Amino acid sequence: MSGVLEHRLVYVTGKGGVGKTTVAAAMGLAGARAGRRTVVCEVAEQERITGIFGSAPAGFSETAVTENLSAFSINPESAKEEWLRDQLRSGRLAGMLNNSRIFQYLTAAAPGLDELVTLGKIWELAQLQRRRKADRPYDLTIVDAPATGHGVAMLRSPRTYADIAKVGPIRKHADLIGSFMTDPATTAVVAVALAEEMPVNETIELQERLAGELDVQLAAVLVNAVLPERFDSAEAEQLTRVGANGEAGGRASREAVATALASYDRAKRQRAQVGRLRRGVDAPVLTLPFILSPEVGREGLDLLATEIGRKL
Amino acid sequence: MSTPPRGTGGVEELIRRKRVVICAGSGGVGKTTTSAAIAAGMAERGCKTAVLTIDPAKRLANSLGLTELGNEETRVELDPPGTPQGGTGTPQGGTGELWAMMLDAKRTFDELVDTYAPDEQTRDAVLSNPIYKQLSNAVAGSQEYMAMEKLHELHMEGRYDLLVLDTPPSRNALEFLEAPRRLSRFIDSRSLQFFRAGGRMGMGVMGRSTGLLFKVMQRATGVDLLRDLSEFFNAFGEMADGFAERARRVEALLGDSATTFLLVTSPRAASIQEAGWFARKLREEDLPFGGVVVNRVRQPVHTKPSSQLDTELKGLFDPGLAGKVAQTLDEHRALAERDALNMEELAKTLRRRPMICVPELRDDVHDLDGLRALNEFLF
Repeated sequence: MSGVLEHRLVYVTGKGGVGKTTVAAAMGLAGARAGRRTVVCEVAEQERITGIFGSAPAGFSETAVTENLSAFSINPESAKEEWLRDQLRSGRLAGMLNNSRIFQYLTAAAPGLDELVTLGKIWELAQLQRRRKADRPYDLTIVDAPATGHGVAMLRSPRTYADIAKVGPIRKHADLIGSFMTDPATTAVVAVALAEEMPVNETIELQERLAGELDVQLAAVLVNAVLPERFDSAEAEQLTRVGANGEAGGRASREAVATALASYDRAKRQRAQVGRLRRGVDAPVLTLPFILSPEVGREGLDLLATEIGRKL
Repeated sequence: MSTPPRGTGGVEELIRRKRVVICAGSGGVGKTTTSAAIAAGMAERGCKTAVLTIDPAKRLANSLGLTELGNEETRVELDPPGTPQGGTGTPQGGTGELWAMMLDAKRTFDELVDTYAPDEQTRDAVLSNPIYKQLSNAVAGSQEYMAMEKLHELHMEGRYDLLVLDTPPSRNALEFLEAPRRLSRFIDSRSLQFFRAGGRMGMGVMGRSTGLLFKVMQRATGVDLLRDLSEFFNAFGEMADGFAERARRVEALLGDSATTFLLVTSPRAASIQEAGWFARKLREEDLPFGGVVVNRVRQPVHTKPSSQLDTELKGLFDPGLAGKVAQTLDEHRALAERDALNMEELAKTLRRRPMICVPELRDDVHDLDGLRALNEFLF
């Protein structure tokens, strides 16, 4: 138990294609099952988490997907609007800015602004005192963050802003967000990886970048889709021998033996990569099983949540 | 179940007579590796090829077995001395060359400013402006913009027969198209007028509504930020036309008949969905869409579960092992069937554009030999 889910906010990043969204959803489920009021928020263009739970898309609103668990999908435009309204404390002024073409051009390309307002909304979800009194606070906020490079940039966006604006209300707000996001007491940054060469490399690099650019340590690394070690080395030898001697007479059993050997081989190489990861990062490295069902649905998610609840 | 259609001639046929290949797709599908493999393959077929990547995780360096790439093209030896090569590694064209470049977005931006600045003073003013510094360093946006810039620059120089661009990992696969447009709008003259006026003459001379707008923005952003913006736009103003003209040429290059987009994907459902969406977008944008590369396809299992197989396996192994072997085969069959189904789905949205399938390889690809193994299937 590394206590990751005890944090107020868990920021989940990692290389593209490693299953961040699935793992974030499973983490949310694990938190919810442990009795914590939890929200999982996505920041990608295409919303996926509600789909995994069989719910209608949440959009920019807190939508319950199962007991104790809500989903939220942040798009920068809505976040920007809400943030402006709150910052200016005037819907009219906010509307005026938003209707200005110049302002649109500026904010569409202003460096780091999308990231900052997105992170600002994430921060708001994780506050005990929400922006509206009617909104109930969450015990746990899980973020399905962008992949490594963009994930770090988003986390760094308050500092980026601080570099260009020395004073002002936004600067103050950005500082507040920044310190919450980089405080190990409130926020845990978790990397999801696969037991393969490049995801392992990228995870090690992520650790270095977090430390170098933000002075943040990884709280844990979750290695997703780890294959079962079904065959031991004695069995593998036996399979190899049978395969090599052509003892496996029929085409069917030849294919079966070859498939079994390939599976043994993959599991073995995965184990080596997990070992490399363990040596390369300072955080606890935990493994999650490969979910066989073709697409991870609710059933697979339950299984992953159980594993996460047990290990994290 | 029918096998998904695949191109007859492989990648080579798709990019014959092309000067620019842009590999696009969502993260983690093997885009960088595929770009490197295509470049290496074309070099081995006699083309002078350069592959460009812009990637915080330095994955291309990985793919090429290099430790570091700079903003300049580096020649990659196709036949490193002392490395025994298999039959597939023999260069076929003789005159081909492989070059690789890892793009430094910040440096490319600086170089552009250097090119378009009318004088040293303007250049320095832009380069030291805090807004410019953030703009040129931003991960989201600038990387895409500068990737396109560099592509255009190399294309104009004409030193290569073929350029292969590995698009940056983005939040969405079309970001490399949209980011440059957004950024060039940012630098565009319309927003300039406003800030140049605000910076030079103060708010008094502005119209009433503009003045109010400016005040609102000040209140929201902090005064310093606005002053920096004014300075930035004042300094940049002289160069805006050069940038705008360039952006137009880059867009023209993307739509050129000598350019082709290859969509890289994995056969897993989430990537397939994104690939389908992307294919539609390319058509909407009227961009030259060459085809799809599907990486890491699980190979079909021919054997059906049968009592004969069980008997055979039990004849070879003890019951425990025989059971595990049969179970492994069943699982693999299910996964391979799912891959095939996903690819059929994608094929429907492709309207007969070729789909090149690369099977799951035994080893992770991270060196030239790995790229060659990949090219057995790509070409």
